[in-house]
Amino acid sequence: MDILLQQIINGLVQGSVYALVALGYTMVYGILGLINFAHGEVVMVGAMVALAVSGMLLAAGLPPLLVLLLALLVAMAVCMALGYAIERIAYRPLRNAPRLAPLITAIGVSIVLQNLAMIFWGREYHAFPQLLPGASHGFGGAIINDVQIIIIAVALLMMAGLLVLVHRTRLGRAMRAVAENPSAAALMGVDINTVISVTFMIGSALAAVAGLMVSANYGIVHYYMGFLLGLKAFTAAVLGGIGNLRGAMLGGVLLGLIESLGAGYIGDLSGGFFGSNYQDVFAFFALIAVLVFRPSGLLGERVAERA
Amino acid sequence: MPYKHLPLAILFAAVLAACGKSGTPAANSSAPAATGATSDELVVKIGASAPLTGPQAHIGKDNENGTRMAIEDANTKGIMIGGKKARFELLSEDDQTDPKAATIVAQKLVDAKVNGIIGHLNSGTTIPASRIYSDNGIPQISPSATAVAYTAQGFKTAFRVMANDGQQGKVLGEFAAKSLNARKIAVIDDRTAYGQGLADEFVKSAQANGAQIVTHEYTTDKAVDFAAVLTAIKGKKPDLVFFGGMDPQGAPMLKQLRSLAMDVKFMMGDGGYTPKLIENAGAAAEGAYASLPGVPLEQMPGGKDFSQRYQAKFNQPIQLYAPYCYDAVNVMIAAMQKAGSAEPAKYLSELAKTEYDGVTAKITFDEKGDLKGGAITMYQVQKGKWMPLQTLGGSAPAAK
Repeated sequence: MDILLQQIINGLVQGSVYALVALGYTMVYGILGLINFAHGEVVMVGAMVALAVSGMLLAAGLPPLLVLLLALLVAMAVCMALGYAIERIAYRPLRNAPRLAPLITAIGVSIVLQNLAMIFWGREYHAFPQLLPGASHGFGGAIINDVQIIIIAVALLMMAGLLVLVHRTRLGRAMRAVAENPSAAALMGVDINTVISVTFMIGSALAAVAGLMVSANYGIVHYYMGFLLGLKAFTAAVLGGIGNLRGAMLGGVLLGLIESLGAGYIGDLSGGFFGSNYQDVFAFFALIAVLVFRPSGLLGERVAERA
Repeated sequence: MPYKHLPLAILFAAVLAACGKSGTPAANSSAPAATGATSDELVVKIGASAPLTGPQAHIGKDNENGTRMAIEDANTKGIMIGGKKARFELLSEDDQTDPKAATIVAQKLVDAKVNGIIGHLNSGTTIPASRIYSDNGIPQISPSATAVAYTAQGFKTAFRVMANDGQQGKVLGEFAAKSLNARKIAVIDDRTAYGQGLADEFVKSAQANGAQIVTHEYTTDKAVDFAAVLTAIKGKKPDLVFFGGMDPQGAPMLKQLRSLAMDVKFMMGDGGYTPKLIENAGAAAEGAYASLPGVPLEQMPGGKDFSQRYQAKFNQPIQLYAPYCYDAVNVMIAAMQKAGSAEPAKYLSELAKTEYDGVTAKITFDEKGDLKGGAITMYQVQKGKWMPLQTLGGSAPAAK
């Protein structure tokens, strides 16, 4: 029983991170119908910037908690600027181009960012300093540490904040209007470019938070870390219904749980026939199964194909 | 508006800078071949391949450094081959730890008419690439591929200067079951040719020595989250966890193992014996075990000198296989000198008869191209440093 509980905790922690990154994918998709494949790299840049800043501030002798906050703020600012730049450079000139074109530039941006990070920060793994008290808590036989509690809490907070932003504010209304019909929104006096830029910046800020949380949890930062995380988060977004904020959260948490329970129990359930090497297969099988019955994802709405 | 395209311009410049940086070595190495070679100078091209991007890039770069150092040393010394002064050139290629990319890189190196190959780093890339080198008759010395299958293919061109997984897995299994007295062992491997091969040999040896394998779990060579697999292992209550894989996974795995409050022994093969593992796992690395073929570098004649020169030259400590790369190049050059030719067909037979005192071991090959003897040293992290425990197996004096 304690093992099951532990696996659920593992899944929730992992899933919260997926969900945060998935929100970035889903926000952009919701508004532009574009899959921003560079989003995983923004997470990586967030982590790298946080690492660089916290290294400097720790050397200056500031208390760890303050360092963490400052690192987070700087990382968010840098990522927001980066998100803005990506949209401005790689996507806006192609806004009216065929759909394939921005997809290619997205992949291009992702490769460029990865290689720039490799040049700036080097090829090796960097150890991320422990900024939070890493105390572990026993919890019905399972163990959860402070960092993991904070990850789950921060993820929930961010999601709630985002929902309020989208559904309760003027900006959110503008975002929904642009998502529904950009030209009509423009006729009603919505500045589409600003709304899209802001969307990218919010998504990137969330990516920075996710980057910091991942590095704090694993204690490791690497220029390649955004790739797999981005892929998993994209899967989560599709699982939950891409374009739908609640769907991204649900998809993220579900994917985390499926992975951890799959890896933990698939061997025992299949009598050793399948091992934990099938954990990704299991996750993607779940994705396929969902898409077969609900092509637009768990919470996705069936919308008519946009012209 | 002049500022309108500024971000675009900056990005473009950055991209150019990136291309320039990675493009230069290739450009350098191909240009002199066409122009520089005078009639009494012999240009010898040494091809090298390792992952220079991706999760294992730091180990791949370390390989390249070791190879480069040997080549620069040889050029400084002024090696004569068949009465001509030889000038060695390094053609370094990135195989991305990807078997598919490795075959493309191999073909590229063959097309560039290299005289010999130092590489690849991983077994998974070395094995598919070795067929291409064999088909073209180009001698290949891998500094670090340990999978048994590499030299078992019957290729006359395939050599390695490191003990194979059969030798290493045997020692690891014995050490776990006998010296550490582990009864219940959990195994994780990363599903690469190396990780899987080593784990399988380890399992055989541990079982032969009376230990029980309670579970065998899997991960990948790109993963960072092992909480689920480790939790499953925790339920089986082992007293030792063995991981067949490299340090990018080893370090976070150790951290997560300790944060799940699993008080078990942790052991890896040569892929874990890096300073990075300790740096990245921090306090969690304390007490971890790893093996490395050969005797400790400090105990080898020339070993200490090598590590100091490496540190001075590249401004970082040796990660893992640089000394093996250094030896591999020197073994190749020695064979060329003996044959009086850098022609692959001519010096290949001398390579097979190598007897060379390297910084890692006295190197001689058996009929398959494997390193003869193959002593293996067990290390443990003690107070934040890898400390040698004992040297086992091979022809080295077996410590008790």
